[in-house]
Amino acid sequence: MAVPEVTDSFSGCVNKVTLGATSQAGGTRTSTVTVGGAKNVVYGGSIEDVGEKPVIAMDVLDGPPEDWPASLLEPYKDVMNDPAAWAKKCVEKFGAEIVCLKFDAIHPDKGDKDADYAVGVTKQVLQAVGVPLVLWGCGNDEKDNQVMPKVSEAAKGEDCLIGTVTEDNYKSLTAISLADGHHLITEAPLDINIAKQVNILVSDMGFPLERIVTFQATGALGYGIEYSYSIQERQRLAALGGDKMMTMPVICDAGYESWRVKEAKLEDAPGWGDVKERGPTWETVTAMCLLQAGADIIRMRHPKSVETVKDFINQIWQ
Amino acid sequence: MIIIGERINGMFSDVKGAIAGKKKEVIQDLAARQTAAGASYLDVNVGTAAADQAGTMQWLVETIQADCSTPLCLDSQKPDVIAAGLKVVDTSRGVLLNSSPLNKKNDEEVLDKYIEMAEQAGSNGKLIALTMDKNGVPQDVDTRVAIAAEIVSKAMEKGFGAERLFIDPIILPVNVPNAQIQPLNVLMAMDQIKYLADPAPHIVMGLSNISQGTTERSLINRIFLAMALSHGCDAAIMEVLDRDMMNVVATAEMLMNKQIYSDSFLKAYQV
Repeated sequence: MAVPEVTDSFSGCVNKVTLGATSQAGGTRTSTVTVGGAKNVVYGGSIEDVGEKPVIAMDVLDGPPEDWPASLLEPYKDVMNDPAAWAKKCVEKFGAEIVCLKFDAIHPDKGDKDADYAVGVTKQVLQAVGVPLVLWGCGNDEKDNQVMPKVSEAAKGEDCLIGTVTEDNYKSLTAISLADGHHLITEAPLDINIAKQVNILVSDMGFPLERIVTFQATGALGYGIEYSYSIQERQRLAALGGDKMMTMPVICDAGYESWRVKEAKLEDAPGWGDVKERGPTWETVTAMCLLQAGADIIRMRHPKSVETVKDFINQIWQ
Repeated sequence: MIIIGERINGMFSDVKGAIAGKKKEVIQDLAARQTAAGASYLDVNVGTAAADQAGTMQWLVETIQADCSTPLCLDSQKPDVIAAGLKVVDTSRGVLLNSSPLNKKNDEEVLDKYIEMAEQAGSNGKLIALTMDKNGVPQDVDTRVAIAAEIVSKAMEKGFGAERLFIDPIILPVNVPNAQIQPLNVLMAMDQIKYLADPAPHIVMGLSNISQGTTERSLINRIFLAMALSHGCDAAIMEVLDRDMMNVVATAEMLMNKQIYSDSFLKAYQV
């Protein structure tokens, strides 16, 4: 696609999405978050064109993390066995505007917890914090199909962002999220054609396009971030061009992807600097790049990275 | 691309009958179906269906607008018929005037009149101009391009931006004696017209004309549409209710990288 001028005006724009239902809307959230709405390329055009401020969703796991490096565990060591307390700490101490409840412990290889467990955690977290929630499955299709519909039901009416659905596994979660009044994350494996296809499939089931947030899969800095970048750039251009199947806001995952690369967590690496700084820096730079690519919601983990990125967002969106 | 639905035209017998019997529902049904099929504008042409062309144009415009919000393309070679339509058209949704030649033997200023009328319609008033002058329809590439250049420069002189201008290089039926070179001439003219201004003027064609009186009309229309789209044409007055035709539009746009491919790309285009 041709590179547009920032002075161009475009026929399309990124959808605006508001997450979280307050008591007026029949939920129990005490705050809502609105993202999207950009009418130009990232940071392009007039002030009115840039859309809503991107937000950070801080990860809270449904059980104690198994493979987090010490420098990432440190800020959470007092709450890692209690998702509700963990979520509360993210909101009250680290300023999270959204909590992303990540269901890892339900994965058959990571604890194989059942739906009742997941429902219990969901209810506790909903009670502990008032911010909107992202409810994110474990990635095992079979297990997610068993558990996530129950999780959706437990959070009915709270207008969460729930996911993910893929080209090969979308029917049950799409149907239940529609019934329970949630927004939906459609996922594609760094493939713009599949990204569009999954949106078409989901909308064919009657799910409104305005309630979808897309996840194109994220590569961390040094591990394929350029693919995420160019796909998101292309999605934005398609949205501006009026392609209704590509006008959704975007969610990215800087937290998980950054903290699994060796540069972020290897302790014994003379010459790479202090691991306590290196890890958060890796996550911060990954998140910054994704912001330049047009991310609307970024999943993050380390409070230090969150603070820096939030500061950056606030300065840009002043 | 910009698709202009051709069906509300007095030369079609159902429309002619509807005009004669003042049957609004026939017109409104055509407007609704063309809109649903993907029309960006609805062409409105009284044709020879009524003696009172101006009054009939107004009746058609009001009938369509009462039930449908798709912008209209007022189609007449007579400025007073267009002017009558403009009096009742809702210009806030945009309007396209169709069409004016560069000049006529009996009306040297015809293009000025059309430009002024398009200007009156506000910033979304747009105009189709034909590569045709007082000598008639040119047969060769160079004259088509020369007339197009004169049209563009005249519009610019009057402060009418090229992005509001649609140049129609005039397609003739392919079965007219000695006219079989014309489709190719039209394509070669399109190649040059798109460089006449920056931003470029739109290039439009009255697609169905190419197959008048032929067999395999739909096939000829579809193939020529695909060819023209790859030569810079970005608008057509065409049979939007022909699903095969719309699938050609979707496929051509996808192949030209204007739409992102997906396995259901035809369906995506229909949204």
